[in-house]
Amino acid sequence: MSALLKTKIKYNNKTALFFLVPSLIGFLIFFFIPFVGGLYYSFVDSPIGGRFVGLANYMELMKNPVFLKAGYNTLVFTVISVPLNILLSLGLALLLNRRIYGRNILRMGFIIPLVVPVASVVLVWQILFDINGALNSFISWLGLSPIDWMKTDFARIVVVIVYLWKNMGYNMVLFLAGLQKIPPEYYESADIDGAGNWHKFIHITLVYLTPTTFFVFVMSIINSFKVFREVYLISGAYPHDSIYMLQHYMNNKFAALDYQMLTSAAFIMAVFFYILVLFLFKIQRKISSTIGG
Amino acid sequence: MQITRQIKKRLGKTILSVILIAIAAIFLFPLVLTITNSFMSQQEIDNNYSMVISKDSSQENSAFSGKYANVKLIPNMVTLKQYYTALIKKTEFLIKFWNSAIIVVPIIVGQVLVSSMAAYAFAKIEFIFRDKLFFTYIIIMMMPFQVTLVPNYIMASKLGLVGSYASIILPGIFGTFGVFLMRQFMIYIPDAYIESAKVDGASHFKIFFSIILPMSKTGLAALSILVFIDNWNMVEQPLIFLQDVNMHPLSIYLSNINSGEMGIAFAASTIYMLPMLLVFLYGESYLVQGIQLSGLKG
Repeated sequence: MSALLKTKIKYNNKTALFFLVPSLIGFLIFFFIPFVGGLYYSFVDSPIGGRFVGLANYMELMKNPVFLKAGYNTLVFTVISVPLNILLSLGLALLLNRRIYGRNILRMGFIIPLVVPVASVVLVWQILFDINGALNSFISWLGLSPIDWMKTDFARIVVVIVYLWKNMGYNMVLFLAGLQKIPPEYYESADIDGAGNWHKFIHITLVYLTPTTFFVFVMSIINSFKVFREVYLISGAYPHDSIYMLQHYMNNKFAALDYQMLTSAAFIMAVFFYILVLFLFKIQRKISSTIGG
Repeated sequence: MQITRQIKKRLGKTILSVILIAIAAIFLFPLVLTITNSFMSQQEIDNNYSMVISKDSSQENSAFSGKYANVKLIPNMVTLKQYYTALIKKTEFLIKFWNSAIIVVPIIVGQVLVSSMAAYAFAKIEFIFRDKLFFTYIIIMMMPFQVTLVPNYIMASKLGLVGSYASIILPGIFGTFGVFLMRQFMIYIPDAYIESAKVDGASHFKIFFSIILPMSKTGLAALSILVFIDNWNMVEQPLIFLQDVNMHPLSIYLSNINSGEMGIAFAASTIYMLPMLLVFLYGESYLVQGIQLSGLKG
């Protein structure tokens, strides 16, 4: 049927172009052309009158300990924070989806961090996580020895907490919307069959949340790359080793105007990301064809 | 029997609410701390927090000074002195606030305009390579900052824009998120509206401005809010494109506040988040719809 319809489609290229032109011009100038053109820099040894060096820049980058460290840190952060974010925001959404007192006001409380500028609360994080900070005050009150949160590997935990604070609201909104779309009849007929709560959760809730979860997963990964803002604002251009992210590396290359390394790094990341996105879309197609959503 | 079950149900509901309120309180804590502390005097703030901020943050290992920060939510004495200093006595702060506005407003207006037009083409007009082009847009949208900033910078330096606001504003306007979001919205507008207008002899141009745009008000509001949030927060681009510190937006200024000015930091932070809080209170439903929209597949 759909194949039949497709043959009948009449292209209206001129009208489409009229509406697309402003966006297309900007897209080409600021993203597409310089992106492709940037490839050139990654294959030469100097931005002006450079010699073709093949993959030498890439090889050098893959051997560069600072780049590898930054890539590793970014990966570790994403692998820890994304699943945590999904689990916690799903939990919150499930709780908020019940009939409880003050639901709307509570929901607001969880969304607000989303709109609060990172820079506005940097002071608060510093007050909490500094060696002389409020958290250590509490820890020493418990009789334990204080922790140097920002200058040891604990910095990773701090960054995860800050990321969760900011990003859980977004996922929670998506999960709530997903939950509300599950027809209540499914639960009612499961009740008639005498299904337990756990059974209903696994076989109805989770199954029908799969498309939402997939999207939440993609968005969480994208947003996890933005955590640099917090890290930079809290601890500057050279933070503790464990939270030195890819963006720190790129920023410092910008400062040195090292085009070759910049473009090579950008392309490695772009390819990595492109494969990731394609892979995720493939999985999604498989999932939605099995549950028919 | 009936009554005890009801009591049990109520009790469960109450316990759940209490737990959630506690979690919400943790979420709101940074906000509440910032706002309440903005009404403290310089002296009180110094007493409470000087041990946290006053030292050099570039040190390899920070030493414990023997005194902990003392978090207080209620000022000893409420004063508007910090606001007076930030808003009237120091011109620097207002200039940075203005810088933020200069960057954000054109991006919102530009992106809403440019992307709603493109979104209409993607949602309602058949044209060659449509799906391939849209996929390219989505891929660019999903690329992390780290990747797209490089082509942005290459083009800005070729055009001689580095150091000017245009180097930040122009790529901001042509970001593809708006196209994606507005397409998601417009795709749910029934084709019947367009078809009947066509029968009446309306051009696509007329259909777009007199039917599609008015019907997309919710989507446009949602997009404006999301773009506002994202760009009011901007940190990466000014760091790279604007060497002149005087041109930096408030976000970067706030992160560099040193010990001497700690008093105004809370007041400055509060003023900085105020536009966002107002937008949130006024447009929470749009924000929520915008997020939900981004999660629909079309």
